[in-house]
Parts: sequence; C-alpha cells; structure tokens
Amino acid sequence: MEQSLVKFYQTGTFTVGNRLLAADQRSVQSGAARSNSLNSGHRACQGCGEALGARYAIDAAMAATNGQLIAANATGCLEVFSTPYPETSWQMPWIHSLFGNTAAVATGIAAAMKAKGRSDVRVVAQGGDGGTTDIGFGCLSGMFERNDDVLYICYDNEAYMNTGVQRSSATPPAARTATTMTVGAHPGNEFGQGKNVPQIAMAHEIPYVATATVADLRDLEYKVTKAMSIHGARYIHIFVPCPLGWGAASHDTIKLSRLAVESGVFPVFEAERGEVTGVLKIRHRVPIEDYLKPQKRFAHLFGKSPDVATIARLQARADRNIRRFGLLGE
Amino acid sequence: MLEQCEGSHAVAQAVALSRPEVICAYPISPQTHIVEGLGQLVKSGDLTNCEFINVESEFAALSVAIGASAAGARSYTATASQGLLFMAEAVYNASGLGLPIVMTVANRAIGAPINIWNDHTDSMSMRDAGWLQIFAETNQEALDLHIQAFKIAEELSLPVMVCMDGFILTHAYERIDMPDQAQVDKFLPPYEPRQVLDPNEPVTIGAMVGPEAFTEVRYLAHAKQMQALDLIPQIAAEFKQLFGRDSGGLIKTYQTEDADTIVIAMGSVLGTIKDTVDDLRAQGVKVGVLGITSYRPFPISAIRDATAKAKRIVVIEKCFAVGIGGIVSRDVRSAVRNRPQPVLTVVAGLGGRAITKASVHKLLQDAIADKLELLTFLDLDWGIVNRVLEREKTQRRSGPIAEGVLRDMGTVASKVAG
Repeated sequence: MEQSLVKFYQTGTFTVGNRLLAADQRSVQSGAARSNSLNSGHRACQGCGEALGARYAIDAAMAATNGQLIAANATGCLEVFSTPYPETSWQMPWIHSLFGNTAAVATGIAAAMKAKGRSDVRVVAQGGDGGTTDIGFGCLSGMFERNDDVLYICYDNEAYMNTGVQRSSATPPAARTATTMTVGAHPGNEFGQGKNVPQIAMAHEIPYVATATVADLRDLEYKVTKAMSIHGARYIHIFVPCPLGWGAASHDTIKLSRLAVESGVFPVFEAERGEVTGVLKIRHRVPIEDYLKPQKRFAHLFGKSPDVATIARLQARADRNIRRFGLLGE
Repeated sequence: MLEQCEGSHAVAQAVALSRPEVICAYPISPQTHIVEGLGQLVKSGDLTNCEFINVESEFAALSVAIGASAAGARSYTATASQGLLFMAEAVYNASGLGLPIVMTVANRAIGAPINIWNDHTDSMSMRDAGWLQIFAETNQEALDLHIQAFKIAEELSLPVMVCMDGFILTHAYERIDMPDQAQVDKFLPPYEPRQVLDPNEPVTIGAMVGPEAFTEVRYLAHAKQMQALDLIPQIAAEFKQLFGRDSGGLIKTYQTEDADTIVIAMGSVLGTIKDTVDDLRAQGVKVGVLGITSYRPFPISAIRDATAKAKRIVVIEKCFAVGIGGIVSRDVRSAVRNRPQPVLTVVAGLGGRAITKASVHKLLQDAIADKLELLTFLDLDWGIVNRVLEREKTQRRSGPIAEGVLRDMGTVASKVAG
C-alpha cells in the first residue's frame, strides 16, 4: 500500500525513479530480464525515435506474452536498419514481406497459429507511417474490420524517412519534406490534408486503440501490455521523432516527443471499441513554437520575419486536439 | 468415387482433401466458385483445423497466405486475371521467400478492355515470377494437379500456380473420379516446413540482401526450378501408382511419334486439337499434339526430344506479347534452337473466343502446305481491324477503340435500338 502513495513525477523533474517502486511496478525496460528483442548493433541513426519505440514496444509485448511472440515488419527504416544481410538484430521470429501488406501477413500468421491450436503464440505487426497510413492502409483496415488477433504498431515519424524524407499522409501541415518543399506561396506541406489513423482505427470499433510517445516509457509499456492482454485487432500509434528527417538534434528525440504532447500537437489517449477511455493530461502546456523551433523542417516559419499566420494555424490545430480530447485539467 | 460435378467443385474438394490450414478468399470471376466451395466446407465443419479468411483484396489474399505459410501452415488461395495482377508484388515475394503456397489461377483475359472470359494472359504475366506453373487440360487433371501441387511445392519450398481455363474448365460439369481422404493422406504427408516462424527457434525471414549475395539467391531459385524438372515427373509417377491415373508430368504427347507436324498448346484446347488430329490422321496426315503441363519450369529437353523428327511446329497459344508476338512459342523456339524446323506462332482464343475444330483444321492444313506465316491471329476479323485503322488515319478524335469496334460490329447499335 505504501508504494501507491509514491508519485511518479516528482516536483521539478520528469523522471520516474525505479528505485522508488516495488519490483513488480518497475518498467520492462529497466529489468535485467528484458528480452532485448531488437538487439544492439543495428544501423539506426543516432537518436532514432523509431528504434527506441520499437525496442520499448516489442520488449513489453515479449514480456506480456512470455516470449511467445512473432513479428511481421513492413518495409522501411526499421526493416532496413535491423536486417542488413547477413545480420539481424531481431531476437524473435520476424518476417519482412512487403511495404504494404504487413497487416495481412500478420493476419496469416495469426490464422496459422489458430489453425494449429497455438493460442499461446501472439502476433505483432509493425511499420512506419508510410507503411501504415498510406501504402499499407488497405490491408490494415481489412485486418481491423475482421478483428484479426493482431497488435499493429505504427511508428510515426511523419514522413517517408527511409527513401529520403518525402511527405506521407501523416506529415503535418507546413512541414518541409523532399516533396513538400519550402518554396512558393505556401511553403511546406499543405493544410487541410492528411489522415488521423488512430481515429480511423477507432471508427472500426476494434477492441483497443492507443497513442503513445517515446517520451513516456511507462505509458507506452502500459499500453502495449494492455493491448497484449486483449484478443482481436489492436492498434498503437507511437510518435517517434526522426532527427535526420526533422532536422533536429539527435539528443532532442525525447524532448521533442514531450513537447509534442505538452503543446497538444500529439494527443496521447486510449480507446476501447471506439470510445476514448483515457487521455494523458498535459502537465505544463507550452506554446507550439517551443515544439516547432528546434526542428529545421519548420525553420521557414521563423527567422527574421516569422510566418505568424501559419504558426497560428498550427497552434489552432493543437488547441483543437486539447479541446477534443480534454487534455488540460486534472 | 465417380461423380458429375463442376470443375470448381472438383478443385475445392481436391484442395480440401489436401488438408489446407489457411485459405484466403477474395472473389473474382471465374475463380469464385472454388473459394465458395471451400468456405462452405470450413463453415460446415467438414474441413477442420483450417482457417477460411475473407480478405479485402487479392494483394491481401496472397499476403495472408505468405504470413500463414511462413508460420508453418499449408496455405491456399485462388485468383484470376486482374486479381493476379493486383497481387503481383506478393507473387514475386512468395517465391522469393521460398514459401510453398498453392494458388489456383482460373485463367482469364486481362483488360482493358475488360473481359471476363478465358485466355492465358494472366498466368503469362507472372511466368518469370519464380512460381511453378502447371496447366490442367481437364477437370480431372485440375483436381489431380492440385493434390500434386502441394507435394511439389512443399518438397521444393516454392509456390505453385495451378492454371485451369476459366469457365471452360471451372464452370464445366464433367465426370470426376474423386479420391478418398485415405488415398490423399497416403500421397501427401503433413507439411514439414524448411523455414518457420517459431518463438522457440527464432529466425529472421525476409532480410535485405545487397549485391554481395543477390545473384546467388536468385540463382538458387533457378536451381530449384531445375530440380523440379526431375521432381514433377517423379511425383506424377507416384500419383499414378496410388491413384491409377496419368496426370501431371512435364509434357504429354499424342500421335507425335511419326508426326511431320506437331501442334503445341496448353490447357483445355488440347482436347479440340486432339479431335482435329484424329480427323487429319484419318485422312492420312501425319500430325500430332504436344501438351505442355509444366510451363515453369519450362521442359526444354522434353520438348526438344519429343519434336526431334517433326518438320514443323505450330504453337497455338492463348496469349501474346504485344510488340513482338508469341510467348509460349518463343520458349519453344529456344527449346528447338539450331534445328531447321520452323516454329509457327498462332495466337488464338483471346478473351474467350472459341477455338473451333474447323478453324484448327484449316490452320493445320495451311501449316502443312507451308502457307502459314510466322505469326497468325486465328479467326481475326480483318474487316473490323482495318476499319479502326482507317478511322484513326482520317479522324483525329477517333474515340475509344473498344467502343468503336463494337459500334462497327453493330452490337452497341442494336442494343440501343432494342
């Protein structure tokens, strides 16, 4: 009982001290028994949010399934940096088939396990935002709609990073990418485009949908663990900064994730059967500039004569998230 | 047991007797009755330990089969035409990963113009995708080939496409000798994968391979298909021993021993050609037929040997490569290279046009009289073709081709008038 009185967040810090917690409350990542499913030695860039997110998520899923887990992986950075022939970083059964079929491949694995009566073996599918929100969207929606027993994890770094930073349907407005150049009357990505896949997933009324960021390990592990306790189609959308694609310092990956949450840019919530059941409240609300400024993909908004109108539009989007999900207050 | 049934039903039964563990279904004519039949068997409980999954596209159908096969399940799907094209990326992926999936292709034309009837353009589009392609002549053979296909696929760890003529076979009611479960179980053991996603023995499947080893990986795919040239006849012989029927193998010949003229074809049209050969033989004409059952791997030696004494070879094919001509005939030419006999290409039966005995008869008479050109389009209506060509010459805005052709033929006009 005494442990429950300990506050995770101590005044003035954002850290969670494992030493303050009982052994069973400590994070999977802090444990010596973690599976290290995505092992060290892979070729991700310094500060890669996706590598971090995948490590957190898969280790948590492995812990939740006693290591009885199979992964299907979309083409993309995660696939390329983890499996350069003849090496692999995956200490788990892992398959890469194509860019756009990962959810379907995972469905096939789950079906095989069901046919063989292996109810103990669970399946996770993972991909980047391009492989999830664009090219893999048909298979993803099919997997949701059939309520196949798969946890799909999207590592969202908001563009096609593997091919050299091109726009995806998860790229935010005004962001510079190689295909949304900072030229012309409306530099960067267009406003009024893009899709919100967590909400589309909710519209399928699947058992579980959640968003998370690499800034909050405990929240991420909690959501993955919860997802693995449920059968049927589940979706977790993890916000993972890309230092290379965003033009951000590699040591700012966690900071940018936190600022995305605290500014309202990325609402962190969970939903069951289409209903929001929980949100991560903003603790210290920050203006959108705090999130935008450290990223070169938004550099054209600042400088000598800042594009205040565009910044205001981005702020309005964040404000809408805050209103929509009730991200402020106790 | 003998029964009278639809070709699709026969195939569904054959697949069910092969004890598949995952079946992915997406409707496309003329394949649909097969997966409907299998769905019925799974839902009724007649086919157990099997997941039947209604997917959202052909791309997903084969992708689900890829995941299931990699996880160690015997996996099956069926498609045709546009569906095969829509799953093209996964077709190459399944063979590249070495996954022994069996897929029926109910052969159908590819649009535009959209056409649901039979030809071989769909399978031909995937001839270099690394799958084995075996073609059925009859519904009995389609049934038999499916059972053999699982065995061939799993022995090689390569996917097999069983090709059967859409509608002509899939929708035809014929007498079928249906094997019983004990016979099939004796022939086809449970699937023992060479690679499998297993948490207790984790492997990485589908790693990236660069220039340092890509050629070797591709060569190994070729080497396996070359192994199949021995394996396919071997499995056909085993099949014959157990089931008492000649089905499968690389090629089959009819009256070729002393033939001056050998006709080569694939699929159901072989029956029509054999009937024509019988008629010509009755008139003393030395003509024979060679049916290609295994199109991939292509049985170069078998075809070369079987045609050694012929003066000419006529390839009747239900497909063609726009801009050059025949597809099957080009492969046949490579089989008989350095020999003086001409290999004549006859493109026939596109989009379901009937290949009649009368047309084949006339064609063969022309061939024997050395009047057949290197590339012939059987029963082509030159009147229609020339009218379109003329219109395009004289009118800038000549309109959509297919619509123009139908207008010339009067079909559209009569419908409007009616």
